[in-house]
Amino acid sequence: MELRLPAMSPTMEEGTLAAWLVKEGDTVRPGQVIAEVETDKATMELEADEAGTIVALKVPAGTDGVKVGTVIAEIAVDGEAPRPAAASQPASASAPPRPLQPAPGAPAAAPVARPAAALQPAGGRRMTVREALRDAMAEEMHRDERVFVMGEEVAHYQGAYKVTQGLLETFGERRVVDTPITEYGFAGLGVGAAMGGLRPIVEFMTFNFAMQAIDHIINSAAKTSYMSGGQMRCPIVFRGPNGAAARVAAQHSQNFAPWYAAVPGLVVIAPYDAADAKGLLKSAIRTPDPVVFLENELLYGRSFDVPEGEHLVPIGRARLHREGRDVTLVSYSIGVEVALAAAAELEEEGIEAEVLDLRTLRPLDEAAILASLARTNRMVVVEEGWPRCSVAAEVIAVAMEQGFDDLDAPVLRVTNADVPLPYAANLERAALVKPSDVVRAVRSIL
Amino acid sequence: MARKAARTKEVEGRFDAVPEPVRHSPSPQEYLDFYRMMLLIRRFEEKAGQLYGMGLIGGFCHLYIGQEAVVTGLQAAITPGRDSVVTGYRDHGHMLANGIDPRVVMAELTGRAAGISRGKGGSMHMFSVEKGFFGGHGIVGAQVPIGAGLAFAHKYRGDGGVALTYFGDGAANQGQVYETFNMAELWKLPVVFVIENNQYAMGTSVNRASAEDQLYRRGESFRIEGLQVDGMDVLEVRGAATVALDWVRSGKGPILLEMKTYRYRGHSMSDPAKYRTRDEVQHVREQQDPIDRAQREIVAQGIATEDELKAIDRAVRAEVAEAADFAEQAPEPELSELVTDVLAETY
Ligand SMILES: Cc1ncc(C[n+]2csc(CCOP(=O)(O)OP(=O)(O)O)c2C)c(N)n1
Ligand SMILES: [Mg+2]
Repeated sequence: MELRLPAMSPTMEEGTLAAWLVKEGDTVRPGQVIAEVETDKATMELEADEAGTIVALKVPAGTDGVKVGTVIAEIAVDGEAPRPAAASQPASASAPPRPLQPAPGAPAAAPVARPAAALQPAGGRRMTVREALRDAMAEEMHRDERVFVMGEEVAHYQGAYKVTQGLLETFGERRVVDTPITEYGFAGLGVGAAMGGLRPIVEFMTFNFAMQAIDHIINSAAKTSYMSGGQMRCPIVFRGPNGAAARVAAQHSQNFAPWYAAVPGLVVIAPYDAADAKGLLKSAIRTPDPVVFLENELLYGRSFDVPEGEHLVPIGRARLHREGRDVTLVSYSIGVEVALAAAAELEEEGIEAEVLDLRTLRPLDEAAILASLARTNRMVVVEEGWPRCSVAAEVIAVAMEQGFDDLDAPVLRVTNADVPLPYAANLERAALVKPSDVVRAVRSIL
Repeated sequence: MARKAARTKEVEGRFDAVPEPVRHSPSPQEYLDFYRMMLLIRRFEEKAGQLYGMGLIGGFCHLYIGQEAVVTGLQAAITPGRDSVVTGYRDHGHMLANGIDPRVVMAELTGRAAGISRGKGGSMHMFSVEKGFFGGHGIVGAQVPIGAGLAFAHKYRGDGGVALTYFGDGAANQGQVYETFNMAELWKLPVVFVIENNQYAMGTSVNRASAEDQLYRRGESFRIEGLQVDGMDVLEVRGAATVALDWVRSGKGPILLEMKTYRYRGHSMSDPAKYRTRDEVQHVREQQDPIDRAQREIVAQGIATEDELKAIDRAVRAEVAEAADFAEQAPEPELSELVTDVLAETY
């Protein structure tokens, strides 16, 4: 039997064959760990499924970038006539999780002073969004003794998505706290700790599970300052991945940004790249207001430049990822990646699209939206989420109410389909927003 | 050996306690049926793991390997269709033990139109109203009040049905579980709460997450009797099921079964498994495996020979291979399916 490198997580495409724990000629039992495989997330153990003998190891230990599906060993399975390998390569049904191109690097340009949204200078250290978030937390924990992290699997397991990797080692169990699966309870406990003078960072394994806790986010955290006449603040960060991941179906794939962005008393942030993830998370931890900080699992592994040294990004300011005079694409979080890919495609047709990343969804940087609209007179809002009552709907209202005279065409929204996210690969692809949808929308208003 | 919650309670004005369960004595055919079902689940899950590795299954995929005796012993005691079953996302075994065709389960895993949810639900979201299987839920703990609601419906209709509500040791810490316990006992709902204590919730062992780690006692302050059962022995499970179902069907209200079990594989397919040692897993596999145990007893009691059991294994493998081929070859859903079944009605 040919042993192929399996996909060991929903998003894994390749891995490093870190070590073989068996050699040629060894017999193996079911469940025996035969190799260690490293992905960007973690080191994982590869187990034998059946009893047999290792005939040959085809990929030497230490090999990087081994693609899922590569034959890594030959095993003679006990007591079974050699059956032709059941399935060939991954079927077309299971194409890579998301048809998104990596974002093109932002063109360098002189920073423009506020209030206009500005292009950020390139340069700095390359790191993943995951590392940037971790560094933001670590730096703020070093800076402020009141800051602590709490959530499911954040400490010993190093985070379900490895965002808190290494924090336990550095800060210990007093400040990196594993909770039971009790979202409602620990979100409320976090609010109480914030009221009591601490600065909690509450991680939800994903925001799907924050629905268990949403009463505390909205009724306890968001309303404290107002109800107490400003006497009591609630400095807390609720953070975790939000939006669709890969093939995890309806209950694990939704964008809650519009829900939270509707609530006065909350700050809502949804960054796209690593620099913003780091700079905005640091600002979120420092602000005296409650923050909902929406990350994206598919972006965790992407690498970007992050400025060296202390890097803070102000809350409430949008960012221009690219300039263009024909149309403005407004987006946030992973939608920015879609918008950038669409802009690159449009460029080939000679259409110059400006890409504006909202970054903060509440308060919304209306000035930046209107300034860009005044330059391009056309706007398309790109959102990885449902169309109805969306952030896109809000941006369109801003354009209508305050930018009407600048509009040369209706503002369109390009979003996911208005359905719970399906599991089947083809249906999931059809449901999610993609660059070609954006390109089509832009053409229709030019 | 089952262990009972320490206290007894007063029911309808007299003292009554859950009787001590006895290990089930199966007929030869019954024992072979248990063996075959456990093996079917094991082989099915192994195959699902392989298909995941080949990219034919995506997303989260939680295997039931090691826990087969629990669902096999319990499901054998109920009547699919009359009684109701609900569980979490680790649901493939529950589907199979409820008598659902492995091909439509596997086709759901590969996201094909022939899948039991037409490919729209995937591993975590499978349902069969016909067989009284109500999911397949991805939110930890959410199935517990749903199970009590199914029991409420049985009581309301007076149809004599019982709701089997499965959840994990980690789920047992969710607040809604205790809100449910209170209502279930208050209203004497016909529900069996089954905690599948496989000792870990992702990477967190029970004692790192639970102030009371003897989970069969978790119903005490709601006056719900609890039994702790060896969930690695299908006959112990089947014996406890009799006691629990008699209790619940006689109108005495809910009961709690803590099934002590173990999962051999990672939590899902992306588990680095650093929270337990390889030796620990290997030890359980070697000392407590429910299938090995059944196999030994079946042979020792002369119910079947080793060769006869091997023939069963071959038949099961063939059934699973066929399910996998079916699931690989079945077409994907039509794109028009994207927008169907969001609502039942059009407005
Ligand atoms: C409300 C909620 N919180 C967190 C999760 C993520 N999650 C999925 S399974 C799981 C562990 C559950 O463990 P347990 O209840 O013991 O069941 P087991 O997986 O062992 O069968 C967690 C934390 C979730 N799906 N839902
Ligand atoms: Mg568990």
